[in-house]
Amino acid sequence: MSEFLQLAFSGLTVGAIYALIGLGFTLIYNASDVINFAQGDFVMIGGMGTVFLMAAGLPLPVAALIALAAAVLVGLLLHRLAIEPARGASPVTLIMITIGASIFIKGVSQIIFDKQFHSLPAFSGDTPIPVGGATILPQSLWVMGTALALVVALYLFLEHTLVGKAVLATAANRLAAKLVGINVALVLALAFGLSAAIGALAGVVATPITLTRYDIGTLFTLKGFAAAMLGGMGNPVGAVVGGLLIGLIETFAAGYLSSTYKDAVAFLMILLVLLFLPRGLFGSRSVERV
Amino acid sequence: MDTPARLRPMLRAAAIMLATAVAGPALTGTALAADPIRIGSVVSATGPAAFLGDPEAKTLKLYVDELNKKGGLLGRPVELVLYDDGGDANKARTFATRLVEDDKVVAMVGGTSTGATMAMIPVFEEAGIPFVSLAGGIEIIEPVRAFVFKTPHTDKTACQKIFEDMKARGITKIGLISGTDGFGKSMRNQCLKVIGQYGITVVADESYGATDSDMTPQLNKIKNTAGVEAVLNPGFGQGPAIVTRNYAQLGIKLPLYQSHGVASKSFIELAGPAAEGVRLPAPAILIGDKLAAVDPQKPVVAEYKTSYEKATGQPVSTFGGYGYDGIQLVARAIASAKSADPKKIRDALEATKGYVGVTGIYTFTPTDHLGLGTDSFRMLEIRGGDWALEAPAR
Repeated sequence: MSEFLQLAFSGLTVGAIYALIGLGFTLIYNASDVINFAQGDFVMIGGMGTVFLMAAGLPLPVAALIALAAAVLVGLLLHRLAIEPARGASPVTLIMITIGASIFIKGVSQIIFDKQFHSLPAFSGDTPIPVGGATILPQSLWVMGTALALVVALYLFLEHTLVGKAVLATAANRLAAKLVGINVALVLALAFGLSAAIGALAGVVATPITLTRYDIGTLFTLKGFAAAMLGGMGNPVGAVVGGLLIGLIETFAAGYLSSTYKDAVAFLMILLVLLFLPRGLFGSRSVERV
Repeated sequence: MDTPARLRPMLRAAAIMLATAVAGPALTGTALAADPIRIGSVVSATGPAAFLGDPEAKTLKLYVDELNKKGGLLGRPVELVLYDDGGDANKARTFATRLVEDDKVVAMVGGTSTGATMAMIPVFEEAGIPFVSLAGGIEIIEPVRAFVFKTPHTDKTACQKIFEDMKARGITKIGLISGTDGFGKSMRNQCLKVIGQYGITVVADESYGATDSDMTPQLNKIKNTAGVEAVLNPGFGQGPAIVTRNYAQLGIKLPLYQSHGVASKSFIELAGPAAEGVRLPAPAILIGDKLAAVDPQKPVVAEYKTSYEKATGQPVSTFGGYGYDGIQLVARAIASAKSADPKKIRDALEATKGYVGVTGIYTFTPTDHLGLGTDSFRMLEIRGGDWALEAPAR
């Protein structure tokens, strides 16, 4: 039992991080149909930015806030300089543009920051909390709590605010949204900025656990993308469930089967789900596009 | 045809340059006394392996300058021909060919990664030019190649050092958690090859991906395996730091052994308080100031540390030390061969006996082109966020 609990805690922590990145994918995809492969790099900017600002003497909250703002700026620039000029290009082209942006961000980070691994101190200490024979780190609670808070906030924003509805409307039909007076360009910029903020926040809370380096975004992008696909691209709830599922499958596979094949098991599950539910677990509920 | 006046000096300069270029080879041929001895090098001063290659490049430059200040070798100046492969083995091979064919080097010190070294070996073997590699892989010197030597320890040496320590402490059953990256895989294989000689058995054998961020499932499995008396983590990069943190999180009280792959201050920083009590083998340079006064390596390490830190303003690293030993070995070989003929340098290199270097004390033989024993490693324990020298447990 304690082993099961231990694995579940690990899985939920890792899964919550994947879920946050999956959420970022969802938001941008919803607004613009772009699958943003630079999503993981926002996580890196959040983590590395905070590390270096703290090293410069700033307290954690201030450093995190500035890093967050920097990530948002990068997100907006990504939209303005790379996505917007290619408006109307095919989704594949746009995806390639984001991959290029990701490589570019990594390259610049190597120069601005450095090539070493870095860590942040845990927010509430390193003493593990014993629960039913297993242990959980306080930082894991931070990660899960942040994920939960962001999911709720994002849900409220999309479903219960006018701006949120505008995002959904833009996603459903850009032309129609324009015709009813929605500033589409602004909505798209908002989606990129928000998505960058979510990614960066994930980076800040996850760095004490995962450590960070200029190139750590690639891994996060892949796992977050898998989470979003498993849940059904475009569905925020799906992204969260998908992220948690992948995290849990990975840890249970490593704990009960073989650590060598844990990634293989996770990706096999995704393949199976997509084989039978091509739109993902929650895909049927997503907006129909014509 | 009239040339504008202002162009004339330029034309004259061009003509002189052309004449020198043509006459150049002939001139150097006659002025043999001033002809420099060329030592080649290809390192990864930039790119993903820059943290290894950059200190190597700086060390090589520093000590070639030093040699020249002392009057060079055999009364001739020494010239270092240094190329940066940017971490690309293909480029390394191209530069190796250039060193042999264009630069006519008499010896080569370089090869930051095992991949780059393996790519360059055929070039130097064929040309019959001695090549001292700075990379870790055991395949560089096993099987022994006539012209290839190397200065860094191998994974095998590290495994032997760790198992010696375990044996002395009466540990017979261990859990293994290895990274699946090149370093982790290679070290795991080397460890499994020699472990039998120490009467130790592996009762739990786990692995993790190089970019994984959570190793608690694997460690939990080891924790629940009956009979495990210690855990060994062959790995490189951030993986071992996360393993160490997770180890503490799960409250595992068994001794944790890390490899020489994490022998740097940044490991202690990344692993934080969880690193307390972790044991690992490391070269003397890491703890230069803590070495016993009678230790033969103490003065060498101290001299290198002072010179390097004064010249570059950066702290010394193990990797720069490999470069130091490489260039010193070649310089000694040229001096003792009393010749800059590559074949004679090779023979002198192989005859090296008891050279006290930064990394260890080297004695090459025709069957051993690494020349380091387990005594080149010191067993360290992390105490109070710093390295502490373990008294040999015997």
